[in-house]
Amino acid sequence: MTTLSHAGNIILDVRDISLSFQGVKAITSLSFSVQRGEICALIGPNGAGKSSLLNVLNGVYTPDSGEIHYESEHFHKVHPFQAAQRGIGRTFQNIALFKKMSVIDNTLSGLSRHGRSNFIEHAFKLPRARRESAEFLERSEAVLEFLELQSHRYTMVGNLAYGLQKRVELARALVASPRLLLLDEPMAGMNAEEKQEMSRFIADINRDLGITVVLIEHDVRVTMDLSDHVVVLDYGRKVGDGTPAEVQANPDVIAAYLGAITPGSVH
Amino acid sequence: MDTHHTMNDTTILPRTGRLDAHLAPVVIKDGKSLYAWLWLLVLAAIPWVGSEYWINAIIIPFLILALAGMGLNLLTGYAGQTSLGSGGFMAVGAFATYAFLTHLHLSFPVAIFLGGLIAALVGLIFGLPSAKIKGFYLMVSSLAAQFLLEWVFVKFPWFYNYSSSATISSPSIEVFGLDISSAQGKYYWILGVVVLLTWIAINLTRSQTGRNWMAIRDMDTAAAVIGIRVNHSKILAFAVSSFYLGVAGALWVFVYLGSAGVQSFSLQRSFQILFIIIIGGLGSISGNFIGAAFITLLPLALDFVSQTLFAGMVDAGVLQNIQKFIFGTLIIWFLIKEPEGIARLLTNARSRLSVWPLRF
Ligand SMILES: Nc1ncnc2c1ncn2[C@@H]1O[C@H](COP(=O)(O)OP(=O)(O)OP(=O)(O)O)[C@@H](O)[C@H]1O
Ligand SMILES: [Mg+2]
Repeated sequence: MTTLSHAGNIILDVRDISLSFQGVKAITSLSFSVQRGEICALIGPNGAGKSSLLNVLNGVYTPDSGEIHYESEHFHKVHPFQAAQRGIGRTFQNIALFKKMSVIDNTLSGLSRHGRSNFIEHAFKLPRARRESAEFLERSEAVLEFLELQSHRYTMVGNLAYGLQKRVELARALVASPRLLLLDEPMAGMNAEEKQEMSRFIADINRDLGITVVLIEHDVRVTMDLSDHVVVLDYGRKVGDGTPAEVQANPDVIAAYLGAITPGSVH
Repeated sequence: MDTHHTMNDTTILPRTGRLDAHLAPVVIKDGKSLYAWLWLLVLAAIPWVGSEYWINAIIIPFLILALAGMGLNLLTGYAGQTSLGSGGFMAVGAFATYAFLTHLHLSFPVAIFLGGLIAALVGLIFGLPSAKIKGFYLMVSSLAAQFLLEWVFVKFPWFYNYSSSATISSPSIEVFGLDISSAQGKYYWILGVVVLLTWIAINLTRSQTGRNWMAIRDMDTAAAVIGIRVNHSKILAFAVSSFYLGVAGALWVFVYLGSAGVQSFSLQRSFQILFIIIIGGLGSISGNFIGAAFITLLPLALDFVSQTLFAGMVDAGVLQNIQKFIFGTLIIWFLIKEPEGIARLLTNARSRLSVWPLRF
């Protein structure tokens, strides 16, 4: 905890967020902050409110109360489109790709918010539209290469294996050059090898591209290896917050979550 | 963390992998533009091979219906918004063009362009509810648009210039500024419009605009999250679609029929256009031509079969029922089995043929 509070460069500060669905509380007075450039993991049992929290961060849900400070702005409610404009990228727990579009088109669609040319320019292929489309294609190809997806570029995503779809979704978020990337269970349903591969991509994105990552992950070992900072949720409340080592040593966390899953993993 | 750092060297794929992937699309692309030129050549040659009857009664309505199909396909096949208002928007284009011709005495090309713009504006307005409602309810609202528009063009005689027959007709051939009195003239005129609008449709669907539409079609919540202006894109789709339908409507009256009333643009027309895109292929530009060809040729083919096999002994009414039955069955079949229509069947067949020699 001490190391965190010393580095003063906070990209995201969640302050006292509460969220409920028809009176059922999903998140209760939650506060935590994310340092610029770190990988922050959100962990907790099923139904703890992790996905709901990401949905609040990028405007899919509106919190009952509380505030979010992101970069120099703070807001209570944000529209998903505005969140994207501000550089918050996102992937979903249940893959939310455009199933009938190819891998490259899915990736290109992530660049929509950077587009300056209008539909008339598109209709007649005017110079600016041509230039922009060439730039976008180049950028998308670079991302596909980064994520080792080039050989699938013309495949319709609906026909791809599950693990590859997860990667395409990451490509679509990454191509827009986000400053904050929210990943909801990027490794769910993957085998050990695929998980390793995905961890490597996330680490690369974080280190090579300098993008701050907030991710949700159930696999405790993967989480502890990958992240700089772990926030533990249980029943919508924060029960732990600190470095992986600190969190693993925290008795509340062990009681709520770790103890139940990996009793032997505490160092 | 340490274990991952050592694995980073493998990030760059071996070159061969990239080369293979690059080769394939280039070949396909060249093949496609070759097809396009071949088709253009065939289309340009039609007046030399086809009789005047064929051009006037089959080829011209085929091209106009394909254009209307393209309009609806942009909205439904690409942007995923269902509509039963196609007939209504065609009517707007036709009646607006008529107003520009008779009241402002504009030349035909200008009038038809402006007529299309008016249709686009009306389409935009009727597209506004799409921001709030989806699927079935949106379809019902488009049905309401269809009936409202039909009613307007019957109720207010101004639209048909108080003619006793409540129809609109080409004021005079000279107004057109182009010789379209002959079948050939009409054909080339329409071909020009259709080729231009097809080129634009292809450009749009391959651009960011088209990708935004398809993204919304496939999953609109995700589209918003990745920064697509969902409502803006939907409404744009309604406007562009209605522009195409409006132009098609004007061509239908002033070039194909010569004179028509709003009955030409009833709900039945809306369904016909919808059938064209379902049979031809949702989300396919060439599918509109395939679907339109199918719908214009099927009655002829049935007629031919009954003439040759049954020596004309089959009653015309029975023949019509057979036709309806075939359409109905096909539409159900396509909706269940192949929503991407004949266009997809052809692509599948072609790719099967192209890999066939390699299967040994
Ligand atoms: N749209 C919604 N409507 C009603 N209740 C919801 C909605 N979304 C989430 N909830 C409820 O909020 C609580 C937290 O759900 P959430 O999906 O955030 O959990 P989670 O931590 O992501 O769980 P998991 O690990 O299973 O993904 C659950 O009780 C869930 O049923
Ligand atoms: Mg979840």
